[in-house]
Amino acid sequence: MTDLSKIRNFSIVAHIDHGKSTLADRLIQETGTVKDRDMKAQLLDAMDIERERGITIKANTVRIDYKADDGQDYVLNLIDTPGHVDFAYEVSRSMRAVEGSLLVVDSTQGVEAQTLANVYQAIDADHEIVPVLNKIDLPASDCDRVAEQIEDVIGIDATGALQVSAKTGQGIRETLEAIVTQLPPPKGERDAPLKAMLVDSWYDSYLGVIVLVRIIDGVLKKGDRIRMMSNNSVHPVERIGVFRPQMEMIDELGPGEIGFLTASIKQVRDTRVGDTITTEKKGCEAALPGFKPSQPVVFCGLFPVDNAEFEDLRDAISKLSLNDASFSSEMETSAALGFGFRCGFLGLLHLEVIRDRLEREYDIDLITTAPSVIYQIYMRDGTVQELHNPADMPDLTFVDHIEEPRIKATILVPDEYLGDVLKLCQDRRGMQIDLTYAGSRAMVVYDLPLNEVVFDFYDRLKSVTKGYASFDYQMIGYREDHLVKMQVLVNDEPVDALSTMVHRDRAETRGRAMVEKLKDLIPRHMFKIPIQAAIGGKVIARETLSAMRKDVTAKCYGGDVSRKKKLLDKQKAGKKKMRQFGKVDIPQEAFISALKMDG
Amino acid sequence: MDVLTEDWQNGGFGLYLHWPFCQSKCPYCDFNSHVSSSVDQARWQHAFLSEIERVGEETGGRVLNTVFFGGGTPSLMDPALVSAIIEKISDTWTLANDVEISLEANPTSIEARRFRGYRDAGVNRVSMGAQALNDEDLKRLGRLHSAAEAMEALDIARKTFDRVSFDLIYARQHQALDDWRAELDTALSLSLDHLSLYQLTIEQGTAFGDRFNRGRLGGLPDDNASADMYLATQEICDTAGLSAYEVSNHAKNGFESRHNLIYWRYGDYAGIGPGAHGRLTLLGEKTAIETHSYPQKWLEAVEGTGTGEMYRELVKKEDQALEYLMMSLRLAEGMDLDRFHALAGHRINPLNINRLADLGMVFKTRDRLVATPNGRVLLNSVLSELLAE
Ligand SMILES: Nc1nc2c(ncn2[C@@H]2O[C@H](COP(=O)(O)OP(=O)(O)O)[C@@H](O)[C@H]2O)c(=O)[nH]1
Ligand SMILES: C[S@@+](CC[C@H](N)C(=O)[O-])C[C@H]1O[C@@H](n2cnc3c(N)ncnc32)[C@H](O)[C@@H]1O
Ligand code: SF4
Ligand SMILES: [Mg+2]
Repeated sequence: MTDLSKIRNFSIVAHIDHGKSTLADRLIQETGTVKDRDMKAQLLDAMDIERERGITIKANTVRIDYKADDGQDYVLNLIDTPGHVDFAYEVSRSMRAVEGSLLVVDSTQGVEAQTLANVYQAIDADHEIVPVLNKIDLPASDCDRVAEQIEDVIGIDATGALQVSAKTGQGIRETLEAIVTQLPPPKGERDAPLKAMLVDSWYDSYLGVIVLVRIIDGVLKKGDRIRMMSNNSVHPVERIGVFRPQMEMIDELGPGEIGFLTASIKQVRDTRVGDTITTEKKGCEAALPGFKPSQPVVFCGLFPVDNAEFEDLRDAISKLSLNDASFSSEMETSAALGFGFRCGFLGLLHLEVIRDRLEREYDIDLITTAPSVIYQIYMRDGTVQELHNPADMPDLTFVDHIEEPRIKATILVPDEYLGDVLKLCQDRRGMQIDLTYAGSRAMVVYDLPLNEVVFDFYDRLKSVTKGYASFDYQMIGYREDHLVKMQVLVNDEPVDALSTMVHRDRAETRGRAMVEKLKDLIPRHMFKIPIQAAIGGKVIARETLSAMRKDVTAKCYGGDVSRKKKLLDKQKAGKKKMRQFGKVDIPQEAFISALKMDG
Repeated sequence: MDVLTEDWQNGGFGLYLHWPFCQSKCPYCDFNSHVSSSVDQARWQHAFLSEIERVGEETGGRVLNTVFFGGGTPSLMDPALVSAIIEKISDTWTLANDVEISLEANPTSIEARRFRGYRDAGVNRVSMGAQALNDEDLKRLGRLHSAAEAMEALDIARKTFDRVSFDLIYARQHQALDDWRAELDTALSLSLDHLSLYQLTIEQGTAFGDRFNRGRLGGLPDDNASADMYLATQEICDTAGLSAYEVSNHAKNGFESRHNLIYWRYGDYAGIGPGAHGRLTLLGEKTAIETHSYPQKWLEAVEGTGTGEMYRELVKKEDQALEYLMMSLRLAEGMDLDRFHALAGHRINPLNINRLADLGMVFKTRDRLVATPNGRVLLNSVLSELLAE
């Protein structure tokens, strides 16, 4: 057990790509926590998808031993948090478990939207904040300008900001010293009854549910019978350990320490993030304030391309939800797609990550239907229904009005792209709340409907600003608007998986864009295919996919039949990636691609 | 199983010989053809004769319906070599009374000089690769001969052989429908009894393929235009009495290439020479056989190990059914539904047939299924629809 004064708990906040993971790697390496030969880049980003996309999804921790310049041995606990807006809520939870933050800003770029969003959460959590200007090895680095910007925009003192290159290792030692000298040690009573915060939990196929805890008071020991204060369930503690970053078992955790426990808990759902853990007997009196659980905001249907894979999908989804309490699912049937699941996600990235994992780790080809937000349908009879799926839209004669979720979006963008950003927000039915300048960058705040953002807003924003804009959002509530359900008919048959809710004034534009896209996405058939968008019974856009004209192998290769057979096999495999609607085969990717708007 | 009722006998038995060398490589061609400065024909003769003997041991006692010298450019073979091979063949199998012995020839004057020798060796049909009838297009296709030279070669061929066929490639770069109509009329005015009319296919791994990938192969007709050309071709040839008996092959009645019919009717055929494919029913089992395709490799294998074979595998019944379907629907006579049933163990889903019939892609007689001209130009899709579950 470590003396409180020798513990420092901290997180790193940064905009994506500003160097959070690289800095964490350097800290781990510099202190010899991981031997050089075991070092691989981005140690804390464990999952393949995270590593590939460079994003962290679950909170990760690492315990670092550090001998400081004062000759004393310190224990530094780093909690690495997700950087993406979809997971903003997870960030805020992790922040409650530590006392300080390194604020990493790329000194060639400056403050970005996620820097702001995350640093405000750190300030909310009463963190001591140490600014770190990263990437000083690059010629474009401009520490003075960025330090000034931190003071102007965020309002914290940046005069003593550390100048670091996480790449070359320059300034890493100074960073470690700053952690020890500038961040406060945790407080806590060793002799008090056990009080621990449940920071996060996930499923491990060998150890079962792993619970990440921060000890506030008391001592957690192997063999203790612990009680979850939210539901009074009791579990015997089997293992206690810390991450280095691989697991290392120890016997106990004292106040101020961060580590994990296992206690034969079967499902992640049996643990509540933010819960207070104490001992079964002689437990603590008052629970910690707790967190509210994160709520899914985006929904879509996931269907196996091959109906026979439904059971595999069910299995895979239940396995994934063991590990991710923020991901919800319920069975859904669709006339055209058969059996599948309607799933809820924290955002579009979360959706993509889960879908990728289902396809990759579980090898299931999926059709993803149009993502939808939750609409509140106010019925004439005074009741209110939540609509998760446009296909379930009740008959309009019973509907009084519809409300949709809105967000407050903060966008930071260089001057020269401001016009494009304003146009994009306006096109997406946005209402400007604020527009201010910080140097040559504008900060735009917009009130936008979530349904205009979930889909491809972020992609569009990146493309109109050549990647220079940054974006963050928070939910602000529901508001009534004139929304209608738009259906798509392929070869005169409605395809419910392509139904979407749209604003009445934008229906025609969207409908036209969708049928045009579908015309390109659906391969030609032996007959011509009308593709229509309709509201109620009224067609608002129409395209015709003309019939295929030529598909034959002209010449004869002696008796080489196998060559022809390969061609047929290829055609067959291609068909497998498609789903039949009436007489028409629609490729799996069409369902999502059809919704993407280019303008 | 009673030998007389084996499936292959519906198609007959033929022998394919592959000569893998050409004077130069045409930019569109992805056949197993190579340019070589010198070919030791005596050495090749030795290898061919030894392979014929080996295959003969497995298929002894059969009547041989056809022999086909394909390439590459078999008209570069010494007539003496062709003669020795044919002699060996007739020592190995019983030749049918009406045996067809074809040879592919490039229409240059040098080759025409060998025609008489081929005839004396036993060749009774030549198929000449004219490809185009104007010099500009011939040049674009990378051909070494002029249109006039091809006509001269044709004259000599017709004086020498009973049966002469012409290959043309159409839907070429910068070829409009009317250009093709005119060219086809010229071809038909030669009153040949057989024409192979292939739409240009851009194959990966060829010079045209590379140019196409780089966007540098302009003037190709799109699918609509080439479909129109195909359908016009059918009409024009029908009127001229040279109806298509296969997707790309036209003949007067009785002048079809009997060798190619064996493939399309899914008979038995042995393949000899580099990269030759065979389908042989051996001890009652349909067997797929393939030889080494690289010429030197094949030669060394034959000399060193006594066989040019690289691969041999039994063809499962259901694959036989599939192969039969793919090949036979290319033919105007279509396919025998009962034969498919016997091979596959099931019938083609009648719903699929009906749907395609409604679209005008196929029609059914009492026991046969036939692709219409509209269906033939979409044959790959028609096949995958027929087989859909
Ligand atoms: N030149 C330079 N590149 C850096 C430095 N720190 C990080 N990077 C690079 O910046 C990119 C983003 O870094 P990463 O640590 O993944 O950022 P994160 O998204 O904040 O975790 C990667 O390509 C890193 O190699 C640095 O100090 N100098
Ligand atoms: C084995 S090849 C060549 C025979 C002979 N060497 C010649 O070139 O005349 C048989 C025929 O296939 C056709 N052919 C070859 N490549 C083709 C392609 N890429 N597209 C269409 N037809 C092709 C030509 O008409 C050619 O005559
Ligand atoms: S088309 Fe004929 S001559 Fe030209 S390379 Fe191919 S096989 Fe040889
Ligand atoms: Mg990272």
